[in-house]
Amino acid sequence: MQPGLESYLALSGILFTIGAVGVVYKRNAIGMFMCIELMLNAVNLTFVAFSRYYGDVSGQLFVFMVMSVAAAEAAVGLGIIIAFFRNRLSVDVDDASILKF
Amino acid sequence: MAGTVLFFLFAGFAIACAVSMVYHRNPLYSAISLIGVFLALAALYLTLAAPFIAITQILVYAGAIMVLVIFVIMLLNLDEDKPLNRLKYLYAVGGGLGVALLAQTFFIFYAVLKAPKAEVDPNTTVGKTMSIGRAMYTEYLLPVEIVGVMLLMAIIGAVILVRKMEHPHLELVGEDEDEKE
Repeated sequence: MQPGLESYLALSGILFTIGAVGVVYKRNAIGMFMCIELMLNAVNLTFVAFSRYYGDVSGQLFVFMVMSVAAAEAAVGLGIIIAFFRNRLSVDVDDASILKF
Repeated sequence: MAGTVLFFLFAGFAIACAVSMVYHRNPLYSAISLIGVFLALAALYLTLAAPFIAITQILVYAGAIMVLVIFVIMLLNLDEDKPLNRLKYLYAVGGGLGVALLAQTFFIFYAVLKAPKAEVDPNTTVGKTMSIGRAMYTEYLLPVEIVGVMLLMAIIGAVILVRKMEHPHLELVGEDEDEKE
């Protein structure tokens, strides 16, 4: 006995919502970064659930691709954060306003 | 029955950890909460009969990405966030976004609940490492190669971004003009 597909989709939607709201509310660049990781994970859960319930392996391959993109994003994103910290001694996104009108 | 109990246990743990991640101001607490979310999701992948993805989740996310994040937090010696004094309309934007996404989630929940059930084949081998490997190196060979090139690009980009430049080429225009006068 296993919960249906709709339960997994609901959990994924709730996690995605928390991540999206977190990106808007957080002002710390690393906090925003972690919220984006949470959203990627919510999408991964959807892929695995569909892959299980429709018996297709493509969903799990896509999870693999999403994880690779997340790893690349971690490397480049944290590099940007470190470069920003060197210039401004802060990771607050409100301090990154030099391009603002 | 046991599957349902496990699902609600790990789903509750994942949601609690996610809320704790957004709630905490200290980035280190946020990172540890996020690791809890990853572990709960790995357990959920196991209940979905996807052991390869579950192990990869722990290795890549909890093992590699979060170690990198915590390393950066320690390196930059970040303290707690300042109290929120951002633009006020961001609260409205965040709240509206959350309400819209939650409404969409419940709509999808009821739509899938009403739809005809997809039956799970108990003898399926979809999540096994062998079937994933076979699909990865036959049908999906080109995307896997492209992912490899993308990872190489990410490595090069990260090295170039973090490299320390002795003579920075970018300077503020205003300061330059002041010196001439």
